[in-house]
Amino acid sequence: MSDASLTTRLGPAAAPAGEGSFGDYFALLKPRVMSLVIFTALAGMIAAPGAMHPFVGFVALLCIAVGAGASGALNMWWDADIDRLMRRTRGRPVPSGRIGAGEALGLGVALSLFSVMMLGLAANWFAAGLLAFTIFFYAVVYTMWLKRRTPQNIVIGGLAGALPPLVAWVAATGSVAWAPLLMVALIFLWTPPHFWALALFVRGDYGRANVPMLTETHGDRATRNQIALYAVLLAPASLALALSAAGGWLTFGASILLTVLFGQAGWAVWRRDAAQAEGDGWAAEKRLFRLSLFYMAGHFAAVILDSLLGTGWGG
Amino acid sequence: MAIRVEHELHRRRRSRNWGLFAVLVAFVALVFGLTVVKVLSLDSIAQFQGYDHVIQPANLIPEPQAESAP
Repeated sequence: MSDASLTTRLGPAAAPAGEGSFGDYFALLKPRVMSLVIFTALAGMIAAPGAMHPFVGFVALLCIAVGAGASGALNMWWDADIDRLMRRTRGRPVPSGRIGAGEALGLGVALSLFSVMMLGLAANWFAAGLLAFTIFFYAVVYTMWLKRRTPQNIVIGGLAGALPPLVAWVAATGSVAWAPLLMVALIFLWTPPHFWALALFVRGDYGRANVPMLTETHGDRATRNQIALYAVLLAPASLALALSAAGGWLTFGASILLTVLFGQAGWAVWRRDAAQAEGDGWAAEKRLFRLSLFYMAGHFAAVILDSLLGTGWGG
Repeated sequence: MAIRVEHELHRRRRSRNWGLFAVLVAFVALVFGLTVVKVLSLDSIAQFQGYDHVIQPANLIPEPQAESAP
């Protein structure tokens, strides 16, 4: 059978699996998540002491980004069934049928091996081991074990998204220090309020897919309480990063400003209930979600600028 | 008569083929660039030979002799 006869019967939307465009395969890597990973890893690399050849640094960042993309592809392979049920994810390449689940698995495994091997050869094997652990944690611990079992899924799973600056630091120095661990702590504590703010206004989606998000298992009030708790915990983590070897005057200023803004937004979400939120179209929750993106970008941009402009504590 | 109308499927295939081509070219450039950087960062050729081959004593650069005082 020629592809002419095949395509006569299949419309463009119903192209057989394996006939996705290059963009569909790229979408498997979750490019938006990759951009955040690249940004935080860049901050970890620039803040690290010592000189690293720019090309080796570029390759190391690329490997960390590809590793994150590989875990995204493995996540889409495993979660294709629930992605089909949620409005937010049903357009992804696997549930929409543009790419077969097996292809997503193959791409994820191949890119995982590639990124870990290349990082080991380009930088060091300690960093490569950490990257392998990060991929394993996201694809297996979070996606396969936690996501469908416990409302603490994103709390524990958030560690995978928090590790890239540590991987980059270790790639640059070959050792662990307090500063990158504080970067990990900041992202780890930031992940729950970020996702729960989103879950408050897209909650129907997770319920349809039987994903035990906190909003579904413990309700609106408990979620708001937890958001407030993590907003409080973020304050010392942010200040500790600003006062660490990776911080400086700009990070300190950003930490104070962003902590106040995030605290205000968290307070606004905590002090009201679902009925009030529905009344104004979840305005406070959406504001907290948008602000959380700005919060993370602001901290790591300040760390990068402190290193580049010489305003860091180390000069 | 040959069918000349291009289907959506062919556009996707072309995009995939060009994308794969770009990825492979980037991979070659990456490995080549990394090799150049790693070799140039070595202090002496003996280190390079010792990495994956047996060091050949004949190629070792002799240590400079300390000059005797007049």
